Amino acid sequence: MENRKVVIVPCSGIGKSLGTVGRVATYKVIERMKPEKTRTVCLALLTTGDQDALKLVRKNPCIAIDGCPAQCSKKNIEMSMGKLAHNIIITDVLRKNRSLKPDGVIELNDQGDKLAEIIAEDLSEKVDEILREEK
Amino acid sequence: MIMALSKDKVGIICCSGEEFPEGTISRVATRLVLEKLKPDETVTLCLPLFLAGGEDERAFARVFPTIAVDGCSKKCAELGTTKFSGKPVATIVVSEIMKNHPELKAKSREKLDAQEMQLAMKVAEEIEKKVDEVLCKKVNK
Repeated sequence: MENRKVVIVPCSGIGKSLGTVGRVATYKVIERMKPEKTRTVCLALLTTGDQDALKLVRKNPCIAIDGCPAQCSKKNIEMSMGKLAHNIIITDVLRKNRSLKPDGVIELNDQGDKLAEIIAEDLSEKVDEILREEK
Repeated sequence: MIMALSKDKVGIICCSGEEFPEGTISRVATRLVLEKLKPDETVTLCLPLFLAGGEDERAFARVFPTIAVDGCSKKCAELGTTKFSGKPVATIVVSEIMKNHPELKAKSREKLDAQEMQLAMKVAEEIEKKVDEVLCKKVNK
């Protein structure tokens, strides 16, 4: 299991702020919370069948983060025959945090950032759990 | 979706590449066009929806002209759009535009600083020019 990392793949949906929330949550984890245990991959590379990207998601456990129930990240990981270990739909998280009103795609408002923080903390715990189970 | 559009629109499809700062620039530039530079003439389409089977996205890109905005030379947005709908009328590559502005560096993936926002605006202006070209061509047809 050495060098194995959890690959976190946000949908980066561009139409609404929840796509940005997933993207920001991903960077919080891979750059600050768990940089040694996680990484990301360009979802667009998977959609075009890039061989290196395909190998990465087939070899390492993946977490899909989707902004909406269309679940583009999850579907694309599955269609790439990647190892989907966990998935998050942000609309579900938002339902449990109804007081938050995320806004902004170029830049999130404070409440969007707070939602991203909640997701990142959940992701961080999930990463440890997944890697423990892989041992 | 298509029935509801009463005038010419151009679809902007960016790669949003998560691994590199150029992916974030592609995304922010696209939104700058949509929100500030050409709000009435453009829409954005989610690239991952193409492969996930988003029929509205695929149908739009078959009927309306599209511009791909790619972070790097792998041109995922152009390839994805071509594969599922039709070749974009133009492709903007962020890394190519950066060569013309060596003073502007892209380092952040999460939140762009002032210099990176300047770069995103340069890319947005290139997209805007292409939108004008495309719509002008359509009018002249």
